[in-house]
Amino acid sequence: MAKWTLRAALAGVAALLAGAAMAADTVKVALILPMTGPFASTGRQIDAAARLYLDQHKGDLQGCTVELTTKDDTGTADVTKRIAQEAVVREGANILAGFGLTPLALAAAPIATQGKVPMVVMAAATSIITEKSPNIVRTSFTTPQAAYAMGEWAAKNGIGKVVTLVSDYAPGNDAETYFAKAFEAGGGQVAEKLRVPLQNPDFAPFLQRAKDAAPDAIFVFVPSGVGSIVMKQVADRGLTAAGVKLIGTGDVTDDDILNNMGDVALGTITAFFYSAAHDSPENKGFVEAFKKANGNMRPNFFAVSGYDGMHAIFEGLRKTDCDPSAEKFVDAVKGMSWTSPRGKIAIDPETRDIVQTIYIREVKRGEDGELYNIEFDQIPDMKDPAKAGK
Amino acid sequence: MTRVETGAPPAAAPASAAALLRERARWSLFDLLFWAAALAAFFVFPLRLPLLTEIAILGLFALSIDLLLGYAGIVSLGHAAFFGAGAYAAGILAQHGWGEPISGLAAAGLVAAALGFATSFLVLRGSDLTRLMVTLGVAMMVLEAANKAAWLTGGADGLNGVVMDPVFGVFEFDLFGHTAYWYALAVLFLCFLAIRRIVNAPFGLVLRGIQGNALRMSAVGAPVNRHLVAVYTLAAGFAGIAGGLLAQTTQFVSLDVLNFQRSAEGLLVLIIGGSGVLYGGLVGAVAFKLMQEWLSNITTQYWQFWLGAALVLLVLFARGGLLGLARRFLRRRPARSERGGAA
Amino acid sequence: MLTILFDGVAYGMLLFVLACGLAVTLGLMNFVNLAHGAFAMGGGYLTVVLMNRLGVPFLLCLPAAFLLTAAVGVVLERTLYVRLYGKTHLDQVLFTIGLVFMAIAAIDYFMGAQQQLITLPAFLRGQLEILGGSIGIYRLFIIAICGALVVVLQLGLSRTRFGSRLRAAVDQPDVARGLGIDVNRLFAATFALGSGLAGLGGALGVDVLGLDPTFPLKFMIYFLVVVTVGGTTSLIGPFVASLVLGLGDVAGKYFVPEFGAFMIYTMMVAILIVRPQGLFARGSR
Repeated sequence: MAKWTLRAALAGVAALLAGAAMAADTVKVALILPMTGPFASTGRQIDAAARLYLDQHKGDLQGCTVELTTKDDTGTADVTKRIAQEAVVREGANILAGFGLTPLALAAAPIATQGKVPMVVMAAATSIITEKSPNIVRTSFTTPQAAYAMGEWAAKNGIGKVVTLVSDYAPGNDAETYFAKAFEAGGGQVAEKLRVPLQNPDFAPFLQRAKDAAPDAIFVFVPSGVGSIVMKQVADRGLTAAGVKLIGTGDVTDDDILNNMGDVALGTITAFFYSAAHDSPENKGFVEAFKKANGNMRPNFFAVSGYDGMHAIFEGLRKTDCDPSAEKFVDAVKGMSWTSPRGKIAIDPETRDIVQTIYIREVKRGEDGELYNIEFDQIPDMKDPAKAGK
Repeated sequence: MTRVETGAPPAAAPASAAALLRERARWSLFDLLFWAAALAAFFVFPLRLPLLTEIAILGLFALSIDLLLGYAGIVSLGHAAFFGAGAYAAGILAQHGWGEPISGLAAAGLVAAALGFATSFLVLRGSDLTRLMVTLGVAMMVLEAANKAAWLTGGADGLNGVVMDPVFGVFEFDLFGHTAYWYALAVLFLCFLAIRRIVNAPFGLVLRGIQGNALRMSAVGAPVNRHLVAVYTLAAGFAGIAGGLLAQTTQFVSLDVLNFQRSAEGLLVLIIGGSGVLYGGLVGAVAFKLMQEWLSNITTQYWQFWLGAALVLLVLFARGGLLGLARRFLRRRPARSERGGAA
Repeated sequence: MLTILFDGVAYGMLLFVLACGLAVTLGLMNFVNLAHGAFAMGGGYLTVVLMNRLGVPFLLCLPAAFLLTAAVGVVLERTLYVRLYGKTHLDQVLFTIGLVFMAIAAIDYFMGAQQQLITLPAFLRGQLEILGGSIGIYRLFIIAICGALVVVLQLGLSRTRFGSRLRAAVDQPDVARGLGIDVNRLFAATFALGSGLAGLGGALGVDVLGLDPTFPLKFMIYFLVVVTVGGTTSLIGPFVASLVLGLGDVAGKYFVPEFGAFMIYTMMVAILIVRPQGLFARGSR
């Protein structure tokens, strides 16, 4: 018994030493995502895409390999913080990544600063996030980007009067504000601003109120997933029949579930940064590989953000010769640009936020008979309007 | 380390009852073992301190629910309202420059207790189910209010810019969570002592009497409602301290502190450990969190399934929670039938 | 205005179908079944699978959802729930929450975490213009089904042999056994009815409420609200409660959208303060 214990202890020490020796060659990325709970689908998409990237680019880096560990934060901010903290101090994670929702990213931001590790935000979309730590880089989008673009486009394209319908929480309020800013600057009129409680199973009364205002279009921002319910009820309520257009950010027509929405989704116009139907060889390859690896699941905007996040990590490490320290890594990523499945994107060297093309898309049937967001207009190289002072 | 002080007045009751209370208040081997283990954990798992801190906070939260459920028989599904109120109180204070932790924690407890006092009158009447839903309703309203009051709470983005001063002006909250763990453990221990004092005082006996038969207690002249208001206020205060601890150690507050899952988790943890026993909430918190952590590392996506299965098995084979199971195992005979607090 | 009224009634009716099974198990069998929502979710997912993968028409899915969830209910009742009738409510809570966790993870494993959607048949979509208000056809359909259910259930429980036996078995199980009533089978049947109704409600609700693996937790609160406010001594209580809450919620969101989220809870707390035993309690339990 005693002998056994001693041997086990020795083995443990040996393993520890070996681990320490290997650490130089292995860059550990802790991917912290909501894998269970109401936002689990966000986590699944990002996790799948990040793993796909890793598979495709395993041997790409000279001198080090990237090791990815997925952690479930259940979508609760204090858990995210704790997991991030443990990842850094206990597991020696070199890079933090993921972060499904704004409060989750904000909770973890101090860890990135204190622990001096880079933090790659792959989902959370409130503008302020990147300002909370100098070590944060974002590869997803900001809600104002999409909402502002939609407002500009709507004002220019014959829509005069709009009712906005947003979920009553910070991202929703952001979307409302920036849509209205751009739309009113372009001469449009926002007839009514409706805010729906986040925990809300029935949109009927709000839509009825919107209908009573008789607008040209109704601008919707709700968390992905809930969008489909809104869309159905918009059609059911005869808003579509009355000639009211449904416009919004791309969260409403999330590629993950778009095809199941059926004909009610047709004609919905959204502004967003990614569509699985984006016409480019990069995207074709990405969609095909993603579907193949994930039981035919269609990648959505979270997936592409996770994929690009991994790309940023790989390219950053390439530039720093596998040095993941925050100072060097973040410097390396600043100003980086590449062609992603979504099109050309860049990391703004000043704000460390993403600069990308926002596309205007309409839901149509694709060649395979499934529903897609088909891009027909674009606003290139859009920075986060909130930080650009718009 | 820290000097222990509790403010409860000495009990002045008839000799036999006093003897009974003294007997209950005696420290047993289990007490020593439990707290020694909590201290030892710091040295044995120096890299798991954030998790241990989280357990300590959840334990305190469950303990405050135990005061309600296990001792006064009030079922609550809305205790997160007080946890959250404390968290926001401590967080907002620190955000506005009052970063001294101990006074912040006191403020958290007071704010939560005030909210508890104000809402205690709603739970005096009604069956278990009614109380369950009234407390739940109050918590949901507090949650919505916090979401609406984004100018104060940060709304769904969470409360940013919480900066804490060092504890006693010396121990800074560090990345490894050393200070956070000692701080949380010390607060937990002090609160535990206070609650132990409370339930082993005549006040606690009256509460148990009310739980058993409220009508009889009022017949023998005990002011039932006043006791219930008092215990509800106290429990709210302790929950507020737990919330304040969370805000201070994570230096961030989000709406999660108020949501239904938080209340449910506290209640769950308490039932797992065993209600009506002081250690029930603490043991439950340790078991629940460790199991969640363990399962979640094995299967990141589907750990809930196995956790659920464990709960089902626990109910089928262990009455009175883990502590009930342990007691029966130790004594090799069926434990006195635990009152489950509901009927 | 008429539209609002109508929406409220439809919403309330849907709540009722979802919650009445809980009222049955809680009121008649005195069992706290928090896993009730899991049965509703089961019915919903069954509908999704039948419609989207097997192409079964929607109207056939409804009875299928009822029957299959009822069958699952019986199996679970006989194997697991039956062991818990004598235990405390807290044990029942812990047990059923455990079941909910398992159901959530299992659904997640087989169906994924994303929202599930169905496309209703064309004749149930769209709106009718009546008396100057517009009325959703699917909502009308919900009201019709739920209305029929209420009548059948209330008559069934108060006028039939099954109903009187059940009430006897709940009040005095030993006496009922002595009279030759098979209490076990009676409870199993009641439980099946309760879970079947949940399954039906889940199927009806997919299009209105949405469906993802967190459904049982998300809507558990609503079920409990209905049952508590209505009281559990009859089905009329939860029915009226569903309507009041549905109407109040919808009207509140329409007229004072800023306070939309507060509405249902404010109403619940207010009602419970005035009538702690629920709207329709006859004496206390």
